[in-house]
Amino acid sequence: MSAAPILRIDHVGVRFGGLVAIADLHFDVAEGEIVSLIGPNGAGKTTAFNVMTGFLKPSQGRVLFKGEYLSRLKPHEISRAGLARTFQRTSVFAADTVFDNVLIGLHRHAEPPLLDRVVPARRRADEARLRARAREILELVGLASRADELAGSLAYGEQRLVGVALALATEPTMLLLDEPVSGMNASETQVFVRLIRRVRDEGVTILLVEHDMPMVMEVSDRIVCLNYGRLIAEGAPAAIRADPAVIEAYLGKGGAARELAAEVQG
Amino acid sequence: MTRLLPLALLVVLALLPLGLKDPYLLNALITTGIFTIGAMSLNLLLGYTGQLSLGHIAFFGIGAYVSALTSLGFDVGLPFGLRVTHEGWPPAAGFLLAVLIAGLCGYVVGRLSFRVRGAYFVIVTISFAEVVRLVALNWIELTQGPLALTSIPFMTLGLPGLGEMTFRTKIQNYYLVLGVATLSYLLIARLVGSRFGRAMRGLKENEPLALSVGVDATRTLTIAATVSAAMAGAAGSLYAHYIRIIDPDVFLFSYTVTMVIMVVAGGKGTLVGPVIGGLIFGLLPVALRPVMAPEAQWIVYGATLIVILFVMPRGIAPALAALGLPKRAPAAPKPEPARASS
Repeated sequence: MSAAPILRIDHVGVRFGGLVAIADLHFDVAEGEIVSLIGPNGAGKTTAFNVMTGFLKPSQGRVLFKGEYLSRLKPHEISRAGLARTFQRTSVFAADTVFDNVLIGLHRHAEPPLLDRVVPARRRADEARLRARAREILELVGLASRADELAGSLAYGEQRLVGVALALATEPTMLLLDEPVSGMNASETQVFVRLIRRVRDEGVTILLVEHDMPMVMEVSDRIVCLNYGRLIAEGAPAAIRADPAVIEAYLGKGGAARELAAEVQG
Repeated sequence: MTRLLPLALLVVLALLPLGLKDPYLLNALITTGIFTIGAMSLNLLLGYTGQLSLGHIAFFGIGAYVSALTSLGFDVGLPFGLRVTHEGWPPAAGFLLAVLIAGLCGYVVGRLSFRVRGAYFVIVTISFAEVVRLVALNWIELTQGPLALTSIPFMTLGLPGLGEMTFRTKIQNYYLVLGVATLSYLLIARLVGSRFGRAMRGLKENEPLALSVGVDATRTLTIAATVSAAMAGAAGSLYAHYIRIIDPDVFLFSYTVTMVIMVVAGGKGTLVGPVIGGLIFGLLPVALRPVMAPEAQWIVYGATLIVILFVMPRGIAPALAALGLPKRAPAAPKPEPARASS
């Protein structure tokens, strides 16, 4: 990692009563990287996301975004600082059209001076700009043809794209994606991988939680693996694939598991 | 299409007094109009943010008292030997102060309760209304308590070039209320269609998601509460200068319930909903009075509400919109009560 970290998870721990959800998690994400956070169910991945985006306060440690201390900020302030997220369970404004969803996401986009909000002609011009931007975003994520449908009526895979469109509407410098391709078939996943790369090429750093291992291996520059709230491995996809701790976390100990792992990797 | 319905409604309402000379009916239309403004203001909170203000009448009553006291003048002693004497100002100044002070109260109540929201906000608003009622009842030097403030002057409006206009007759007051109601409607429509309105809707539909795209929940809800309370204050001021006598009963809980009924039956979270609901439930008692005994009237009133919510759980306006005939439908519910009673 040559570049300065845009996000630093600095010895973060989260406990719910006696349950340790995250124990002393520590890693960095460099600007422009695509990093994946993996681990079995219950490993603490979503909890880590919730800490990063201010939905949960850590019991210990801190999160630094662009050198700024995030733990005291509220979710909306973190979003405004440029750190956007999507949610694991489908999360859209279900009763609104896809287009209106993006407009809600754009509610702070290039906020005009007061005059522009009062004078009718200028207000209409501002509204037209917002709508043009909404169309651009829908074009980018590939939902342009769905613009007028209710977000709640879309298939799960498409709802995830709406979530990504909403996050992109806030013009983030970093994007946290929580299981974005679950519910997508193989070809949709391929399209999504291209989308992630394109977003990254526009300068957005990406941190991903995902269970779809082929997709993770394909898209990530680096992988961080958690189990039981602890970091058990960190490195390039090839190294993670062969890491005994990772294989053990996913498949358990024993010869049969190793054979299965070899098969999966094959 | 959505623009035609309110426009048609406005035309009908603007022409209505021309064919209606009965002062009793006109009076019913004016008070209905005033409470419809209250219902519209409540809808901004309940319909668009999902926050239930069960003390909404407090802002209405504060508007009424502020406006009445500003125009009547008062002379009260305060602790530490202070004395405040106020000579009566023109009622138009009372109207503006009513809007400002009711709005300020909405801001304070919102600020205090929106950190937690939901049930907490409901309780704070109920308590607030009760406290304000008790103050109005017991601060006799200022409010005359149960003896009521009387001889409140008519609303006057200084128009540049036209001299001063006094709203003395029922017809004049009818158009004044219609004018303020129209302005309130346009203000809400503008607000809801703006960036702010989108933030508000996002918050109501899916709060975590709205937060994640940068919606400041406390600020958004507080602004909505402020505008809503200010609008209710405007309605209260109109009420004070039309009825010209107010007592602490303006703070009764049942008025809030009436406004909630108007909003929920008409269709919360829609622009025309509170107007339709306001007209129906404002005029229904008037329509029923000549045709049945008082005890039967309230049974019919309740039954109407139940039937509406049973057949159209989301309210009348969404049901009309779903029919796809928003143009023909509005005329139907409105003249009906008027015809039955004339």
